[in-house]
Amino acid sequence: MNLTAKDKDTVRTFWAKISTNAEDIGTDALSRLLVVYPQTKTYFSHWKDLSPGSAPVKKHGATVMAGVADAVAKIDDLRAGLLSLSELHAFTLRVDPANFKVLSHNILVVLATSFPNDFTPEVHVAMDKFLSAVALALSEKYR
Amino acid sequence: MVEWTDEERKAITTLWGQIDVGEIGPQALTRLLIVYPWTQRHFGAFGNLSTYAAIVGNAKVAQHGKTVMSGLETAVKNMDNIKNAYAKLSVMHSDKLHVDPDNFRALAECISVVVAAKFGPTVFTASFQEAWQKFLAVVVSALGRQYH
Repeated sequence: MNLTAKDKDTVRTFWAKISTNAEDIGTDALSRLLVVYPQTKTYFSHWKDLSPGSAPVKKHGATVMAGVADAVAKIDDLRAGLLSLSELHAFTLRVDPANFKVLSHNILVVLATSFPNDFTPEVHVAMDKFLSAVALALSEKYR
Repeated sequence: MVEWTDEERKAITTLWGQIDVGEIGPQALTRLLIVYPWTQRHFGAFGNLSTYAAIVGNAKVAQHGKTVMSGLETAVKNMDNIKNAYAKLSVMHSDKLHVDPDNFRALAECISVVVAAKFGPTVFTASFQEAWQKFLAVVVSALGRQYH
């Protein structure tokens, strides 16, 4: 399953519309992840406050979305573009790759709540494919 | 048996009370057929599904979306016995319709996205999302339970 030229255009256009809200999207998606999939809290036992919208959640949500922004810019070669991020996740963070899918779902839910008119079925499928491709690129160095 | 907190029951009945199955159902099924196009394999008799516009405008898709979404009423009315309430439907999906149960999970995701878009962030909070997705997960599990 590959990103077509149309998919990339759709992602870039949609991202241009929403990128100013990236930090809020990240905070909301991460907050939902921790509530709806409590097993993900195991990765953040070093945080003082895991409640929705807390300071560490906001900071980390922004970090994650900066990574997504980077991926949009490197959409033509995600494997190469996200290589160092993949190494980070594989060797240092060692996040179970199943969690990429779950975070992607929460990003899509946040996009749906925040941009109900722009998040059309066409945008939905392009973003779902894009986030899957990002997840795959992040998993690259795992084994 | 599934344990529901009072907050979860309240979230589910609040959301269900404001869901128009004729509105949400068609949108969810449309998204399933667009986002996971291999699901179209079950709808050969539905006519033109060749473009996004064709799917969105397809009356049979809309009707079927409403039918499927209405099926959740059984779960809302039998929250403490969802497993058994869907036993017959599960057998039907397995033996008659031959639907891969992974499709139930995919449709549940699409339903959640459509519900999220409808209710927005102030109603569809993280805790409402948790309750709603747990509810759908129980239904998905019940529908897959009789496969053999």
